[in-house]
Amino acid sequence: MNRPQTLFEKIWQRHIVAQEAGFPTVIYIDLHLIHEVTSPQAFAGLRARGLRVRRPDKTVAVADHSTPTLDKDLRLVDDLAAQQIRQLEKNCQDFGVRLYNLDSQQRGIVHVIGPELGLTQPGMTIVCGDSHTATHGAFGALAFGVGTSEVEHVLATQCLLQHKPKTCEVRIEGQLARGVTAKDVILALIAQIGVSGGTGYVFEYSGSTVRALDMEGRMTLCNMSIEAGARAGMIAPDDITFEYLAGRLYAPQGEEWERALADWRTLPSDEAASYDQHVALDVSHLEPMITYGTNPGMGVPVTGSVPDPQQITDPNARAALIKSLNYMGLQPGQPLLGQPIDVVFIGSCTNGRISDLRAAAQALKGRKVAPGVRVLVTPGSESVRRQAEAEGLDRIFKEAGAEWRWSGCSMCIAMNGDQLQPGQYAVSTSNRNFEGRQGKGGRTFLASPLTAAAAAVTGCIADARRLLV
Amino acid sequence: MNAFRSLTSKAILLPVDNIDTDQIIPARFLKTTHKEGLGKQLFADWRYQPDGSPKPDFPLNDVRFEGAQILVAGDNFGCGSSREHAPWALLDFGFRAVISTRFADIFRNNCLKNGLLPVEIDPQMHSELMGELRAAPDAPMTIDLERQQIALPNGKMATFPIDTFSKNRLLKGMDELDYLLSFEAQIAAYEAARPVHDR
Repeated sequence: MNRPQTLFEKIWQRHIVAQEAGFPTVIYIDLHLIHEVTSPQAFAGLRARGLRVRRPDKTVAVADHSTPTLDKDLRLVDDLAAQQIRQLEKNCQDFGVRLYNLDSQQRGIVHVIGPELGLTQPGMTIVCGDSHTATHGAFGALAFGVGTSEVEHVLATQCLLQHKPKTCEVRIEGQLARGVTAKDVILALIAQIGVSGGTGYVFEYSGSTVRALDMEGRMTLCNMSIEAGARAGMIAPDDITFEYLAGRLYAPQGEEWERALADWRTLPSDEAASYDQHVALDVSHLEPMITYGTNPGMGVPVTGSVPDPQQITDPNARAALIKSLNYMGLQPGQPLLGQPIDVVFIGSCTNGRISDLRAAAQALKGRKVAPGVRVLVTPGSESVRRQAEAEGLDRIFKEAGAEWRWSGCSMCIAMNGDQLQPGQYAVSTSNRNFEGRQGKGGRTFLASPLTAAAAAVTGCIADARRLLV
Repeated sequence: MNAFRSLTSKAILLPVDNIDTDQIIPARFLKTTHKEGLGKQLFADWRYQPDGSPKPDFPLNDVRFEGAQILVAGDNFGCGSSREHAPWALLDFGFRAVISTRFADIFRNNCLKNGLLPVEIDPQMHSELMGELRAAPDAPMTIDLERQQIALPNGKMATFPIDTFSKNRLLKGMDELDYLLSFEAQIAAYEAARPVHDR
């Protein structure tokens, strides 16, 4: 009998093309997603060497980072953005790569459309020049972000040289209370283990909480693995996964589907498989979470308060906290509830899917955005946008006074003109609260769509559970 | 890619933990379609005043460090976004090595592809190095890749880990893609051996 293996080991082993002692492993890549920001230099590299894209059929491109979300004519924010998108078009045309461009009905954020189109499947290796590629791990795929050099490597060879990462089981147990979501779980995990707690590891999320999450919640969880330092996060595929995938555009059909299903059922980690590391999280008493600082590990329950640097013994951590609070303009010991905010951003590859918009709409329905607060609702894809409109969610947002936008990365990375002004506070459903991430000088509180919606109607950080009564 | 053997240089100290790649180069500069010329935008939001003039107290603006090729940063350097623009910007500014107690995985990979050496040393040696640099900010130090050793300004030695493949590649200035392309036959054989629906 074979040695018991984890989900990660099974996928890794299946994709070994070559392995020599003392050298990294040559790993085959099943799906290569590319976007306008991290691919131009890779295509330039191919041209310089006279190489082709080895497997255009396993390569899918979309423009999402620099794309406009407001203008009906989809005018780009500046010449550089326009040039970058033109370059993506040219590269895809010259090298025969399928592109979901601005006029596509299926475009959206790369990590939203991959699953939506059924491109993302269990057992696959998936890479993209984007750290949130971990999202696709929710399907039991090995998915991780790469740099532009590695984008070039995959374009040229469909392979990557990789050292085998270590594995960490992240076991999450307990039933989530009402108003507590996958976003709160991942923020709690990162608060527990820190932003480098997962460095060198691939996470496998397990436990009753994970099994109970729907695919969109699982994607939120895996998406932010990188914020804990883990390059990939994965979840064993199960009936919830298969039900999500069945009938999607690029999912296997008919007999192929049956064959794929039989194979996918062999992927979950064997019972006796061992991991290099274990982390446990009990979420049965978890409250909605919010960050107060300038990295995603600086999070507390929304009813909590800003930590006091004086109570931190480690000098580096203390210095980091002081620097953060200085940037954020927050006082030690200050409660988070009631902190005034200027902007609410609902969207991104973390929380821009239909269930996220439904949650936000539930809290906004029949209510008004607080005076002086700007609320952007940016669906994760055009398909999410159409679905939301079919359900009337757009009307709820617009009647409340929120801006209903076209899909894209938008204010999560603030490359397309959607951005905070210096000093502004935002509650954001995105993934990074780094200094300037949502616009130079902007100050971000990361939270769930529900918490973001609660902030929208109250004009300050609020406990969304009170709106759900 | 330029080869990296050994380097003796002044070092710039930036003693902040968890410096993310959004700080190394903010996203608004990622609309370029080139790798070159990003040094001007390195640490842009920490380095320049709102009017664009250099902040006098930011270490990269200190004339004493002109020509420094080594950056000494806090723990978990390069976390966050996968943007390779971060090592491109560091290299374009003139850095050839970064010393920290830990590097984020994607950033480390990106550095090694570009000939920027990530030097990981233990926290005790790191704090000793910071002490040294505070006492004598412009004292030169040496990084020897062949020996995987750094020599602190006070002469104390420390070793650092690097995988053999990356080390040899850096020593020769050899591109990784050339090596990968040599597997063409194995890649084709792998594809041919897969179940039909996976080919």
